[in-house]
Amino acid sequence: MPGLELFQEANRQLTICNSCRYCEGYCPVFRAIETRRDFTNGDVQYLANLCHDCRACYYACMYAPPHEFAINIPKILADTRIESYRRWSWPGFLSRALDHRLVEAALAFIAWAVVILLSVTIVSNDRIFARHLGSGAFYQVIPYLAMVIGGMVLFFYGICVWIVGGIRFWSDANNNAPQLSTLKMVAGAIADAVSLSYLKGGGPGCYYPQDRPSSVRRVYHSLTAWGFLSALISTSLAAIYQDVFHWLPPFRITSAPVLFGTAGGVAMIVGTLGLIWFKLKSDNIPAGTVAPSMDYMFLVMLCLTSFSGLFTLVFRTTPAMGSILVIHLGLVAALFITAPYGKFVHVVYRFLALVKYRTE
Amino acid sequence: MNVKQLPSLTEERAFDVLVIGGGNAALCAALAARERGASVLLLERAPEHMRAGNTRHTRNIRCVRVAQGSAASGVYSEEEFLEDLIQVTGKPPNMDLAKRTIHESRELPRWMSEHGVSWQEPLAGTLNLGRTNRWFLGGGKALANTYYLRAMEMGVHVRYGSFVEDLVIENGQFRAAVVNLGSVKTKIGARAAVVATGGFEANLGWLKTLWGEAADNFIVRGTPYNDGTLLARLLEKGANPIGDPKGFHAVAVDARAPKFDGGIVTRLDAIPFGIVVNRQGCRFYDEGENIWPKRYASWGRLIAEQPGQIAYCIVDSKTIHGFLPPMYKPFCADTIPGLANLLNVDTNAFSQTVEVFNRATAGNTNLRMECLDGLSSRGLLPAKTNWAVPIDSPPFYGLPLRPGITFTYMGVTIDDQSRVVEQSGRPFRNVFAAGEIMSGNILTKGYLAGFGLTIGSISGKLAGKEAANYARS
Repeated sequence: MPGLELFQEANRQLTICNSCRYCEGYCPVFRAIETRRDFTNGDVQYLANLCHDCRACYYACMYAPPHEFAINIPKILADTRIESYRRWSWPGFLSRALDHRLVEAALAFIAWAVVILLSVTIVSNDRIFARHLGSGAFYQVIPYLAMVIGGMVLFFYGICVWIVGGIRFWSDANNNAPQLSTLKMVAGAIADAVSLSYLKGGGPGCYYPQDRPSSVRRVYHSLTAWGFLSALISTSLAAIYQDVFHWLPPFRITSAPVLFGTAGGVAMIVGTLGLIWFKLKSDNIPAGTVAPSMDYMFLVMLCLTSFSGLFTLVFRTTPAMGSILVIHLGLVAALFITAPYGKFVHVVYRFLALVKYRTE
Repeated sequence: MNVKQLPSLTEERAFDVLVIGGGNAALCAALAARERGASVLLLERAPEHMRAGNTRHTRNIRCVRVAQGSAASGVYSEEEFLEDLIQVTGKPPNMDLAKRTIHESRELPRWMSEHGVSWQEPLAGTLNLGRTNRWFLGGGKALANTYYLRAMEMGVHVRYGSFVEDLVIENGQFRAAVVNLGSVKTKIGARAAVVATGGFEANLGWLKTLWGEAADNFIVRGTPYNDGTLLARLLEKGANPIGDPKGFHAVAVDARAPKFDGGIVTRLDAIPFGIVVNRQGCRFYDEGENIWPKRYASWGRLIAEQPGQIAYCIVDSKTIHGFLPPMYKPFCADTIPGLANLLNVDTNAFSQTVEVFNRATAGNTNLRMECLDGLSSRGLLPAKTNWAVPIDSPPFYGLPLRPGITFTYMGVTIDDQSRVVEQSGRPFRNVFAAGEIMSGNILTKGYLAGFGLTIGSISGKLAGKEAANYARS
């Protein structure tokens, strides 16, 4: 469905929800609906990003398809959510190109391949396949500066795109009349985001993968998110160790970076595999038209990155370390280069939607 | 989905209890019977996505509420409950049953919680029922989903698309149900049957025999499956009818609503904010008679008595935002004749009606919807006795209205064990009734919000228990 019709359809469905209101107890989307009478495109995009896709409303709806009213809020909001990612992302041509999952996959693959090719051409083969031990072992394979510069460029590029998108979201969602949020509201939104309280389906749990509420998906999602954060902490600690204390990796198994990294990697693997498994089992009627492919892409990349990271740890004293490290860094590059255009952005927009909800 | 597969449906495979119907009353009966160790088969006529009949459209349940701790403010006593019932519907035909239902409603929320039901705060902007009624999370379909899951976990067999066309009853004893499974017809035997198949509000042919051609213009708010087949069969077999055969509960719904199953979103709360005219452009009843929840149910019948069973609610830009946003966009015009054209009502008569109304309400401002504000028309027939302000601020809005039928009152008489009673006064030994099909024993006219589910739950539990006891003895 092209953009305009998509928003018209969302408007039609939300108007019916607004004269029903049975789902009010499930989540903030319905409480936000009730404060409106007409739904601008900005409103729809805000509601779409506020929705956590718990699907409780779909299973509770007496107007769900095949009823002629054909109310399917998780689906229409998933579709408008993707449309909003497309509209807010920057630059436009890249976001349009990456709208095709194959292009995203190709870009990820290219990033991965570039890292590997560069490594193979620049670094001599005997270095990659040699056994490196002791302080600075990793940098004997890939020089420290290359790692830092490559990482930083991708990282800050991603952050910039996110900031542009975030500003566009805030302007659209507030119908170009932004309100001021207090620190207390932001703190509340952080608590909502961290606890994933809107994946609780109003109490009994998320209706995912099927019509039986449970809290398992919330656990998987938490493992993934906390795992990612833990891996990020591990990297930051490693940087501090190195640049402040001049301790070079690899660090001891019991050191903080290794512990955080391992815990994060394991959590992400369990979390992402759980989410992938749930997604495979899930009902496809309330699912978005293109959202699932975007989700799979992101989950698979997170999962592969975690695996390769853990492999680097496990095999770091063997000659395989060099090749595994190159593959891992390639995957990290692929993850970050696609981050501004893939599912990763939901972190930004959903958080801002929570802030807006608290502000209202 | 965790559906217990049936071996095969044959006459030989006899269940202890056969529950016919798939709404709240049927589910409560199935749960109660299963909990007493009976083997239970529940036959739902609708396909799975349409299961649970009119329960799908419910959203709260009326229950006695006792003091919790020292707070007495939220109390809803049995006495007050009964008074409310008598005030709205008159003296119940079976007073003992009414009292028993009210008494047992006190423990009902706990029973529902034990069976997996979650609760929520009363919906915002509803009819101030926070003290007397409880809201289950997500509404009636979610409630039924919860019960279906629980029933299947407990080993109740459930079969959808199974239309019970008749009962085999010999010498006052139920033997088997004649079931149309779509492609085949079969007989299913059981030691006892609970009939919880609702009323006949979706049977326009039946309604036509009572209401004539007018019935063609009725809109059925709920499930299309409540055609009263088993009610008719039971009456043919000598069951004693109870309740006014012509009686039905109807509200004003948008005329553009689908013929069946439009549910809550097609109802309109606009009437007290404006005036209502018929096709000829004339007013016919006091739109401000009483606070809306109390008059809500009278407008279905009023519109049913108008030519063509259609009417139009007219409001202006002062009041259009006062009521819940309707699903269908109101017709809108800058002038009264322009609106008459859009609505296809008599332009001259309509303009005159508005003019006369505006003269009779000139100077009335500041309507207060939260109470009977006494802002009345002067020298007008019929008067508008509250919230009467001129319709003079364009644009003007019109909402077409039709009678939306919710349920019918006539059912079968039951005894104190929920058994269906024959005209002779003797009960069928093992045919029990629950829900709307027996609600005529308590309700004869009017309606008390959330009471249908109370009757359904209590009668369902009772019928299930009695049926299990009979089957297992």
